[in-house]
Amino acid sequence: MPNIIVLVKQVPDTNAKIVVNGDRVDLSTVKMVMSPYDEFAVETALQHKEATGGEVIALTVGGAGAEKILKDAKAIGVDRIVRVDASGDMDSNALQSIIAQAVAELGGEVVYCGKSAADTGAGSTGPGVAERMGWASASNVSSTSFGDGLSVVMPSGSGNAQVSVPLPAVVSCDKGSLKVRKPNVKGIMQAKRASVDVLSIEAPPSTVAIVNHALPAAKPAGKSYEGGAAAAEVAHLLRDEANVL
Amino acid sequence: MTQTIVIAEMNNNAVHPSTAELVSAAKTFGGEPTLVVPCTDANQASGAAGMGAGNIIAAKSGAFAHYDASGWASALDGVIPMGTIITGASPQSKDMAARLAARRNIPVVQDAVKIQEGKITSPVYSGKAMQTVSATGPVVISVRSNVFTPAEGGAMDHSVLAADGNVATAVQEFMARASERLDVSEANIVISGGRGMGSPDNFTHLEAIADTIGAAVGASRAAVDTWDAIPHSMQVGQTGKTVNPNLYIAVGISGAIQHLAGMRSSKYIVAINKDADAPIFQHADYGIVATWEEALPVLHESLKGMMD
Repeated sequence: MPNIIVLVKQVPDTNAKIVVNGDRVDLSTVKMVMSPYDEFAVETALQHKEATGGEVIALTVGGAGAEKILKDAKAIGVDRIVRVDASGDMDSNALQSIIAQAVAELGGEVVYCGKSAADTGAGSTGPGVAERMGWASASNVSSTSFGDGLSVVMPSGSGNAQVSVPLPAVVSCDKGSLKVRKPNVKGIMQAKRASVDVLSIEAPPSTVAIVNHALPAAKPAGKSYEGGAAAAEVAHLLRDEANVL
Repeated sequence: MTQTIVIAEMNNNAVHPSTAELVSAAKTFGGEPTLVVPCTDANQASGAAGMGAGNIIAAKSGAFAHYDASGWASALDGVIPMGTIITGASPQSKDMAARLAARRNIPVVQDAVKIQEGKITSPVYSGKAMQTVSATGPVVISVRSNVFTPAEGGAMDHSVLAADGNVATAVQEFMARASERLDVSEANIVISGGRGMGSPDNFTHLEAIADTIGAAVGASRAAVDTWDAIPHSMQVGQTGKTVNPNLYIAVGISGAIQHLAGMRSSKYIVAINKDADAPIFQHADYGIVATWEEALPVLHESLKGMMD
C-alpha cells in the first residue's frame, strides 16, 4: 500500500498573455491554474492507487494562494493535500531540496509529476528529486502500469520503449492517451471542506538568481503576398534568401 | 576563469553535429572546454574531433548503452571535473542535465538561447517571455540547438576514461513508432496544419510536401482536439511540443497564443492562411493569404523542381 505523492504547480493559464512590467513578468492579473501536465500526473497517481491501494498525497510548494490547485486535486480524488510554505524565487537546487525533504517526511514511495511546468518548461524537478532521493526516474512517460514495480512507455531513440522501473521512483508524465477525470459535485464539496497540511522546510541558498525578464524581440515585418500563386516565389526565397532549403 | 565541460549530444551512439554548437556556447565562459563523449566504445568519440574543444574525453561505460537517467548521471559524475557543464536540450539531455546537477547539489538552467558575460537567457512561459539569470557558482546549462554557431578546430584526439554507472531501469522492449515520419522535435523543417485544413484527410497534402523537403508534420492544438486521427504527438504549442527548426510552415493555422508559444523561435516562418487578419501573419517572414487548396499545390511543385 504505497504512499503515492503527486507534485503539482500553480502556473499562469496557458492562454494568458504574459506582461512584463519594469524588468519582471507581472502575473498579478493573470488567472492561475494547475500546470497542464500535472493533471496527467494526478490522473496517473489516482490510477496507481486504484490498481494497488495506498494513499495519494498532492504536494505543492508556494504561498497560500497556491492552495487552490491543491483543492482542485482534492476535488478529483486525491486523499491528502500538502503545501510547503515558501515564497520568492528559488533555483532548481533549492526547490528540489525542499521537495525531496517533503517527500521523505511524507513517507513517499513513488512520486508522479508533469513532464515540465508550463511556466519554466524546464522539466528538471522530477529527475532532480529522484537523484536527491537516490531513486530511479523515468521521464516523459506516456503510459504506466502498476505492480511491485512500474512498467512505463517512454521515448527512446527515435521511437518508444517499454521500460521497467523499480520502486521507489519518480515518474514524469506526458499526455499519452490519458483522459483526465473531472471533479463531481461530491468531490467539489469535499474539497471545499478539506484542510491543507502546511509544512515548513528550510531551503539551501540559491546560487542562480533572476536578472530580468523581457518580452521576446519583435520580428521585423515579413513579406506578404496575396493568392496561392505566390507560393512559387516564396519557395525560391526560402532557398535563395533564407538559405533554409 | 570557469572550468567548463561539454557533454556531447549523442544520437544512436554517434556524436551529433550539434555538439559543436555546445562547445561554442561553453567558450563564452572563456578558456578551452573539455568535451566528454558518453560512449560504449571509445571509437565513438572520434566523431568529436575538430569541434573546437581543448581536449576530448571518451567516457566509456556499459551504462551508456541505453538511456537511464540514474545510470548516465552517475557514470558522468564519476569522470567529469567540477565546473560548469553544458549539455544539449533534447528531452533526454535535459533530463540527464537535471539529474547530474542534483547529484552535485548545483542548480540547472534549461534551454539556454543566449549566454553573455556569464548571464544565461532562456525562454519562459513557452517563449512568451525571456528570462535572464546569473550564477555565482558552477551550474549545469542545457543549450538549445540552432542558436550558437558551431565551433571548429581544437582537439582531434581523445583520451579514454572508464565510467561506472548505477543503472536503475531496464528496457523490456523497443517499440517502433506508429509513424515512420520524423518527429517535430527532431526536424530542421516542420510543416504544420491547423483546423483550416478542413479535414484530417487533407494532412496528406502536408505529408507529401514533408517527404519532398525532409520535413516533419505537426499540428495545432485545435486540429489535435478536433480530429482523433491527429495524435497529440504531432501537437506544436505550449501543451504540445516546443520546436525551433530552421523553417516552420504553418498552414491553416490562425496563430493562437498557445501555438505561437511553441514555434515562435523558429528561424524562418511561412504562414499560409485565407484570413488576412490571422495573428500568425504578424510572426511570419513570408505570409501568403490564400486557401491551402490554392497554395499547397504550387508550393509543392516549386519545391519538387528545386529538389531535383
